[in-house]
Amino acid sequence: MTQDVWVIAEHFQGRLNDITRELIGKGRELAQAVAGKLVAVLLGSETKSLISELAAVDAVLVADHPDLREFTAEAHSLALETALKDAPPRLVLMGSTSVGLDLLSLLSARTALPCLDNCTKLEVRDGKLFTTSQIYGGKVFAEVAVAETTTLVAVVPGSFPKSETEAMGRPEVHEIPLPASLPEVRTKFRKLIEPPPGDVDITQSSVLVAVGRGIQNADNLAMAEELAEAMGGAVCASRPVIDQGWLPLTRQVGKSGMTVKPKLYLALGISGAPEHWEGMKNSELIVAVNTDPRAPIFAGAHYGAVVDALDLIPALTEEVRKANMKKAS
Amino acid sequence: MGLVQVPPIPAAPGPLFPELARAEENFRKCIQCGVCSGSCPMGEAMDYAPRKAVKMLLEGRFNEVVESNTPWLCVSCHTCAVRCPSKLEISDGLFPALRAAVVAEGKALDQDLQKALQNTYLYGNPMGISPKKRADWAKTAGVPVPVISQLKRPVDVLWIVECNPSFEPRGMEISRLLARILNTLGVDFAILGSEERCLGDCEWLAGERGLFEMLIERNIEILNKYKFREIIMTDPHSYRTLRNIYPALGGRYNVQPVVAFLAERLDHLKPLLKKRLSATITYHDSCCLGRKTAHYEEPRMLLAAIPGIKLVEMIQNRESALCCGGGASTIYLDRFIQERVKDRLADRRIMQAVATGAETLAVACPFEPARFEDAVKITGQEGKLVVRDIIELLAESMELN
Amino acid sequence: MNIAVLTKQVPDLVEGVEIDSTGKAVDPESIRYILSESDDHALEEALLLKERTQARVEVFSLETGEVRDSLCAALAKGADRVVIVATSADAPPSNHTAAKIFASVLQGLSFDLILTGVRAIDDLDGSLGGLLAGYLNLPYVGLVRKVEMADGTSMAVIQKEYPGGFAAELEVKLPAVLGVQAAEQPPRYVPVSRLRQVMKTASLEEKDAAPVEAEIVEVVRMFKPEEGAGAAILSGTPEEVARQMVDLFAERRLVR
Repeated sequence: MTQDVWVIAEHFQGRLNDITRELIGKGRELAQAVAGKLVAVLLGSETKSLISELAAVDAVLVADHPDLREFTAEAHSLALETALKDAPPRLVLMGSTSVGLDLLSLLSARTALPCLDNCTKLEVRDGKLFTTSQIYGGKVFAEVAVAETTTLVAVVPGSFPKSETEAMGRPEVHEIPLPASLPEVRTKFRKLIEPPPGDVDITQSSVLVAVGRGIQNADNLAMAEELAEAMGGAVCASRPVIDQGWLPLTRQVGKSGMTVKPKLYLALGISGAPEHWEGMKNSELIVAVNTDPRAPIFAGAHYGAVVDALDLIPALTEEVRKANMKKAS
Repeated sequence: MGLVQVPPIPAAPGPLFPELARAEENFRKCIQCGVCSGSCPMGEAMDYAPRKAVKMLLEGRFNEVVESNTPWLCVSCHTCAVRCPSKLEISDGLFPALRAAVVAEGKALDQDLQKALQNTYLYGNPMGISPKKRADWAKTAGVPVPVISQLKRPVDVLWIVECNPSFEPRGMEISRLLARILNTLGVDFAILGSEERCLGDCEWLAGERGLFEMLIERNIEILNKYKFREIIMTDPHSYRTLRNIYPALGGRYNVQPVVAFLAERLDHLKPLLKKRLSATITYHDSCCLGRKTAHYEEPRMLLAAIPGIKLVEMIQNRESALCCGGGASTIYLDRFIQERVKDRLADRRIMQAVATGAETLAVACPFEPARFEDAVKITGQEGKLVVRDIIELLAESMELN
Repeated sequence: MNIAVLTKQVPDLVEGVEIDSTGKAVDPESIRYILSESDDHALEEALLLKERTQARVEVFSLETGEVRDSLCAALAKGADRVVIVATSADAPPSNHTAAKIFASVLQGLSFDLILTGVRAIDDLDGSLGGLLAGYLNLPYVGLVRKVEMADGTSMAVIQKEYPGGFAAELEVKLPAVLGVQAAEQPPRYVPVSRLRQVMKTASLEEKDAAPVEAEIVEVVRMFKPEEGAGAAILSGTPEEVARQMVDLFAERRLVR
């Protein structure tokens, strides 16, 4: 076993996914701490162009094979099993994603290497590796001692900041040798199914800007849309707004609408009637704004402010844009 | 002036669903007069309005009726039953039986309704909140709210709080105010706390008889552990069920709605109503307190006792009152109904309230404040009409809020 | 076609979880058990396949938590057979251990499809389905939202979920293991009267598993994040409130 840290480079349609950049950043930190190399593992077909995006690592292991063009757990696992034979590393990091989740478990059982999932923290303490996972719907954290052997770790996207992958050096590139055909792979990709065009699925949004009667009229909706866009989220609403016809039914949150569990639920001018609360009470962070200090929403929200939503929205949009610019620079 | 005579409780023991048994014989007595369809507030939206549905059943077209939207649009307002010349128990007898047929067949149920039923099975409330939290509202009541299991002595009044007043923010606030009123009146009362489970009114009306039986058994077991003179309830739906249905299964108790209990004590209450609340108020008769149990005058007596209140009546009041639309299983079928009915009952009722010139709509059912407040916003009456529960008004006049 | 569905019980989050006195595990006394949500979906998908292809559905569960309730519900919904697999472990085993136990139970039995929920709320070491597939040398697809049979019963056509509403259509040669994210329709309702009847009359099969080498996840500490009570109020002008909000968002990496 070497002290290297491998990162499975997830990519889609010719671009590296954000999770890959997050893992490279964290991977670099860990590789330094355990005195090993940072290695990216690039599995795909005709992906040589992506190597230039992986300039922040020390080495890249490439498997270029038509059967790896699209992800199947079997084919990807096979490629990794081949790669792991020669010099198994200390850690193999991947995203806890549609790709990583499948790959982690199948690979772990086939190679008899331990694996850990749902990780949001990874650190070295006194020369030992520890992960922290969030379980039970985020209500409990579990700190786990990583085994002293090669371990596969799946990391929750968004846990670590993205690393810069500007060209810094030229990593060594090694090929993972695979036979021309992989008859033992019994899974085949057929086609990609795109989401139907049309309205946003608010249940998939990690940020929701929710408007209630406090928005007062349809014209003010544009303000809310701007804020949602600045935050990378979507606008949703409580029942009275929908009933007025200002937004389609697909945007309704509540007992007779959608149930949502976003990372952030910004309740603007919403009183917090039980029918609405039921649809969003499990949101991770609930911030409520209402001119009525006795609005029921304040009882359940994490944070609140007694100001007019119509004043807050433009101010918040401004601040969010400033923060985004700061981060990018 | 005495209190209105409350209709007698059905004689016990009888079959599990006496109203249903009567219905199954009675619908053969239907004379097809059409009063039910004419009175039904949801008749226009139904595939088959009540009169037609009964005719089809008499013709043996059971499946067509059961698979239509008719059983699920009935809000159990009981207007049909009250006016039927043959005394047919339509809304609370025939229609729950139709729904029960759908449930028993294992046919797909509306998701909101299914979730509510599953939650009630697991947690004893349709919201899906742990029963351990059932008395959490009392922690911030500001007055003692004794739990009967901890009192270890008989108590005069057992207050069954029920689900909405225990878990929904507005309902919880009303519970706290009532606790203060009871304390001020020196009532010896207690609640069941985390032992309390849904009484099952909405579940049996939704057709889940198995669930209702389970709830009855458990609730009777709990209630029989304790000694109390009477039960009072803020939720008219549960009151009606406990009063009319439970006795047939051995659960016979003295039970009153809170408005009747307080009206009995009006002599003690009146001097405590110190603050003037100058307001013109119109009172909405909920179906379960109104047509189903005839408590028309007690709420009005309470309101009239508050200094500064002027009471006016809506065009449909007492026995002809228009349902808010939240009865039976429909409380869980908002989305289903919203897709099929343009002119919502609650909106119509709000416009009736506004037409009286009143600034306040007084209610006495925990389902109503949220429904009516939504309707106030939708009909653009915000600022013109506020919705208050009678308890809230009394507490305000007693300066307990 | 024979379908096996593997289910497990997990703590019901509605009732909450407490950490035990060692600080390394959940206190079993504080827990009420409930069927893992995606396992319910796996069962529903299996029952849908049964309706379409006259398949046989057998449900297996390790003997941890209150399995009787959920296995009776499975029978009431139409499963052909339910089996409780006895284990010698006191605490719920890790997913690796559970997968080894199921592998030994299912080996030699002729199941065309093995369905299980793609994840459970207490997963620390990967997902059961993927691990089982590895031990049995079977193909695995996770995050499945639809299963159809093609060409008789040798090939399944599957939809696998990706973020943003995308999905991949894949074909898998059976036998295979699938990790179900969501069935094509929500899990069906069991009328309480039918459930109670099954609970009174059904006798559930029990099966002993051959002992396996347990694989332990070394938890050094389990803890709960801190809780607040009621909304923390941010005060000031709208501009000041906006600044405080952005700080909050930045803490949680919610601003892009």
